[in-house]
Amino acid sequence: MRGARLAALAFVVSTVASLSLAVVYVLGGQAQLEGTLLGVGLGGLGVGLVAWAKHLMPTGPFVQARKVTLARTGEIEEVAESFEEGAATIGRRRFLARLLAVSLGAFGIAAVFPIRSLGTSPGRQLFHTSWRKGSRAVTDAGQPIRPAELPVDSVLTVFPEGAVGVEDSQTLLIRLPAGDYRPLPGREGWAPDDVVAFSKICTHAGCPVGLYRADTNQLFCPCHQSVFDVLQGAKPAGGPATTALPQLPLDVDGEGYLVARSDYTEPVGPGFWNRNRA
Amino acid sequence: MLKRLAAWIDDRLGAAAFAEEALNKVFPDHWAFLLGEIAMYCFVVLLATGVFLTFFFDASTAKTVYSGHYAPLNGSQVSSAYSSVMHLSFDIRMGLVIRQIHHWAAVVFIAAIVAHLCRIFFTSAFRRPREINWVLGMTLMILSIFNGFTGYSLPDDLLSGVGLRIAYSIAISIPFIGPWMAFLVFGGKFGSPQIIGRLFIIHVLLIPAAIAGILGAHLAIVWRQKHTQFLIPGAAESNVVGERLWPTYATKSVGLFFGVAAVLSFLGGLVQINPVWLYGPYAAAQVSSPAQPDWYLGWLEGALRLFPAWQFQIFGLEIPNVFLPAIVLPGITFGLLYAWPFIEAWRTGDYAPHHVLDRPRDRPVHTALGMATLSFYAVLLFGGVNDLVAKWFQLPVESVTWTFRIMGIVLPILVGWLTYRLMVALRLDAWERARHAPSPEPVLAAAGAAAGPGSGAARWGLAGFFGAGALGAWRLLRRHRRE
Repeated sequence: MRGARLAALAFVVSTVASLSLAVVYVLGGQAQLEGTLLGVGLGGLGVGLVAWAKHLMPTGPFVQARKVTLARTGEIEEVAESFEEGAATIGRRRFLARLLAVSLGAFGIAAVFPIRSLGTSPGRQLFHTSWRKGSRAVTDAGQPIRPAELPVDSVLTVFPEGAVGVEDSQTLLIRLPAGDYRPLPGREGWAPDDVVAFSKICTHAGCPVGLYRADTNQLFCPCHQSVFDVLQGAKPAGGPATTALPQLPLDVDGEGYLVARSDYTEPVGPGFWNRNRA
Repeated sequence: MLKRLAAWIDDRLGAAAFAEEALNKVFPDHWAFLLGEIAMYCFVVLLATGVFLTFFFDASTAKTVYSGHYAPLNGSQVSSAYSSVMHLSFDIRMGLVIRQIHHWAAVVFIAAIVAHLCRIFFTSAFRRPREINWVLGMTLMILSIFNGFTGYSLPDDLLSGVGLRIAYSIAISIPFIGPWMAFLVFGGKFGSPQIIGRLFIIHVLLIPAAIAGILGAHLAIVWRQKHTQFLIPGAAESNVVGERLWPTYATKSVGLFFGVAAVLSFLGGLVQINPVWLYGPYAAAQVSSPAQPDWYLGWLEGALRLFPAWQFQIFGLEIPNVFLPAIVLPGITFGLLYAWPFIEAWRTGDYAPHHVLDRPRDRPVHTALGMATLSFYAVLLFGGVNDLVAKWFQLPVESVTWTFRIMGIVLPILVGWLTYRLMVALRLDAWERARHAPSPEPVLAAAGAAAGPGSGAARWGLAGFFGAGALGAWRLLRRHRRE
C-alpha cells in the first residue's frame, strides 16, 4: 500500500499548491512563488500518477508479437499493376499530358513572383551608405562635432546628419594623439586634427565594433574578438576578421564641424561574393 | 453513458477494432525511451505558454516611449515589441513566469531532442526499417533549433538584435544568392523594420505547424513499426516485451507530462532567463558583452570564433570568412546526420531489419565515431564562450582560442580512440564472463553483472556512478591489455 499512500499524499500536496497559487494570484502575484506553486501543483500530479501506475497497476511484462517486416508478399505487385493500368490510360493522351506539364510549369513560375515582393533588390545597396560629400557627423542626439571637442584617445559613435540610427552608416570617430597618425597611401588629408573615422560594423559578422584600447590603438569586436589596428588603417590584427574596417574620408566644413568628404570608398560590413567588384 | 458514446462513434467510424488494439498495445519500458517523450511534452508546454504570450506581444518595431514598473528604463525610446515584452514581464500577473517557462521549455525541448538523438544513434535504432523516422526526427531538430532562434529574437532587445545581425551576415556570405536571400528574408538591407513581424509569424505559425505535422508522422510511424527494445529476457526480433498502453503506460506517460511541466515551472519561477530589461532595447550602434546565444546555437557561435581568419578568392569572387564555419560546417553536419543510416548500411552491408537494439559496446567503431563527433561539437560549444573562459582563468582570449582550436582536432581523436578501446574491452569482458557463467542466458547475465546495481555505485549517487564507472573502465582496459 506504499504506492497508494504516496499517490494520495502527492495529490493532496498538488491540490494545496494549486489553491495557494490562486491565492497568490489574487493577492497580486509574485513570480518566484507562482513558479514554485505551479511546479508543486504539476509535480504532485506527476508523482501521484507515476506512483499509482508503478505500484497499483499491472506492469507485466506483457509480450506482443511483431512482424519483422511489415510488407506482405505479392501486395506491392498488385499495387504496381493497378497504378500502371491507370497510368496507361493517361499515357494514351500524351499531348494533353505534356500540355498539362507546361501549364503547371508556367503557373509555378508565376507563383514565385510574390516572393520577389518580400524584399528590395540588393543591386548596389551593399556598396553604399547614407554618407554623402558634406554630410555632417552627428551623435545619436543629432549634435555636430568640432575636432577640438573630442578628447585625445577618445572614441565617439556618429551618424551622417539626417540618418541617425541607420544601421550601415554607424561610424567611429577616434582622436589620435598628435603625430601618431600616418595616413595610408591615397588617404592623405582624411584625418583633420588627427581625427580618424572608421565604419563601426565589423567586417567579420556585422557586430558593432564596440571596444577601443587607446594604449595599443586597437579596436575590439566583442562578438567574436576580432582586433583592428587603427594606426594601420584598421586592418585586422587578430580574431577571425579578414578585412580592414573601411575608413570614412573626413574634412572640416566652414563652421568647423566634421563632415564626410564622400561616402565610404568601399563596401562596409561583412563580406559578400561580389564585394570586390566595386 | 460512456458505453453509449463509444457505440455512437463506433457506429460511424468503426473504430472499435483499432481502439481494442491500441489499449492492449505493448510498449517496451526503459528510461532512455522517455527522452523523446520529454521533448514532446516540452512542445506541449511551449504551445500552451506560447499561445498566452501571443495575446500580449506586439510584433512591431514602431518607436514608443516605455513607461511601466521597471523604473530604470522609464522614458526611454524603445520598439513596441520590446515595450510589450516589458509590460508582459512587469505589469501582467503571471506574465513573467509564463514567459520564463516558455523560454526554459525551448531550452529543455532542444536538449531532450539532442539526448533522444544520441540515444537513437548509440543504440543503432535508426537501422532498417526506421530510416524514415530518423530523417523526420532530424528535420524536427533543425526546425526546433531554428524556431528557438526566431523566438528569442522577437523581444527586439540588444542581445538578440546582435544575433540577428550575425544571422544576416551569415546569409549574405552565401555566394551568388546570399545578398538576394538576405534581402528577401529581412525585407531589404539589415535594419529594415519588417523583420520582427516576419519572425513572429514564422515563430508562431509556420514552424510550429510544420513541427506539429512532422511530429504526428514521427509518432504514427513509431506506432506502426512498434518501438525497439533492448535484449532483455524474453525479448526477440519478433516480439515486443513491456507494459500495456492501458492503463499502466498511459498513466505513467501522463505523469511524465506533469513531471516535465513541473520542472519547467520551477525553472521558470526560480531561474531567471533572458532578462531583456538588463540587456536593454536594441540600438543600431550598441553591443553587449559578453554575448552568447542560447545553448543550441553555441556550437555555431564557437565555430565562428574558432575558425581561423581565412578568406578565399576564387576568380576574383570572395568567399567570406563566415561562409565556411556558419554555412559549410552546419551543411556538412546536418547532411551527414541525414545520410547516416544509409552510409552505415552501405559501409557495414547490414540491410536486415532490426527491432532489438544494440548496446554501444556491441559496435565499437560506430560508438567511437559518435563520441568523437560529440566531443568536436562540445569543443565548439565551449569555443562559443571563449571570452568568458578567458575571464575566469585570467588568460588572453587569443590563447584560449588557440587552445580550443588545438582541442578541436586533438580531442575527437583522443575520445574516439579511448571509446573504441573501452567498447572493445567491455565486449571482451562480457564474452569472458559468458564463457564461465552457468546461467542459461549467459550473455544477458554477464551484461547485467557488468553494468548492474551490484557495483554499489547506486548508493553513492552520481559521483559514485562516474567514479565507479571510471574505475571499472580502467580495470577493464588493463585486463584487456594483459590478454
